[in-house]
Amino acid sequence: MEIAAAAAMGKFIGAGLAAIGSGAAAIGVGNVAGNFLAGALRNPSAAGSQTATLFIGLAFAEALGIFSFLVALLLMFAV
Amino acid sequence: MTDVATEEAVEHGAEQGAGLAFHPLDQFKITRLFGEGPIEWYTPTNATLWMALAVVAIIVIFVFGSKGRALIPSRLQSIGEMAYGFVYKMVEDVAGHDGAKFFPLIMTLFLFILSANMLGLLPGSFTPTSHIAVTAILGFGFFIFVTLLGFAKNGAHFLGLFWMSDAPLILRPIIAVIEVISYFVRPVSHSIRLAGNIMAGHAVMKVFAAFAPLVLMSAIGYVVTPVSILAITAIYALEVLVAFIQAYVFTILACVYLKDALHPGH
Repeated sequence: MEIAAAAAMGKFIGAGLAAIGSGAAAIGVGNVAGNFLAGALRNPSAAGSQTATLFIGLAFAEALGIFSFLVALLLMFAV
Repeated sequence: MTDVATEEAVEHGAEQGAGLAFHPLDQFKITRLFGEGPIEWYTPTNATLWMALAVVAIIVIFVFGSKGRALIPSRLQSIGEMAYGFVYKMVEDVAGHDGAKFFPLIMTLFLFILSANMLGLLPGSFTPTSHIAVTAILGFGFFIFVTLLGFAKNGAHFLGLFWMSDAPLILRPIIAVIEVISYFVRPVSHSIRLAGNIMAGHAVMKVFAAFAPLVLMSAIGYVVTPVSILAITAIYALEVLVAFIQAYVFTILACVYLKDALHPGH
């Protein structure tokens, strides 16, 4: 019984820990967008052609944050 | 009988959410459209309905939009022309000129995801793209198509995608292993990114919505309720943006994978 209770508590702790990954992904997304803006302000004429690259970079950085969100959801509702 | 139902509801509430009026993930439930009973693969559900509505919306915009073919376009016609030009430019920029042959496929993907996302933002509606089952079919289907296309177009040269010829010889096998793994993770991240983003956004909206009726229960609601209603408005605006950006990201990654299949050389 105590083990079951500890497991029930542990999955919420694990879900909370997995949410840290979302914060880490936020840092990554901020890095991508910030560096793009820094580059775009230095050479605005080249910025327009690079928006596709920007979105690809944002998507890759964000995907891993979504994975950790998924882990949290799985822990809370599927385990 | 009503007592049992209430007890169940109370237990459900006590177990699932600490004081939330409803559960934020309830909106993703698949339900039958007609009658009661189990859900088989052929059962019409709310997911079927909203996917069909997404298709109908696309057909309405493009059939009625291209009807007049006026020199000065009507509103519908300019929507259609803008969408066409936007996606065509994206395919040509990313996948190259010979990738433009696959423009109809990419356009279909983009329009379906965009209209499913946008229709899902209507209050009370259901978002098919919030389910990994739907996006995984799109993602894995495209992945299998692109892999077969790569082998059909380039034969064994397609494997050059994994063999970095400009890396030092000792490193090449290690890089090849990493490249193979990252190639097979592509469809997973491709589909989960879309479903995860849409699901997370809608769940956040429902969390704030669940805080909104707090004014009926306690005095602190006079502070919490206006804040949460403002938050729903702000998140909704963000979700409109996300609905477009995720459709855009899904299509542009599809273009990148298409480019890798057509020109595997590094």
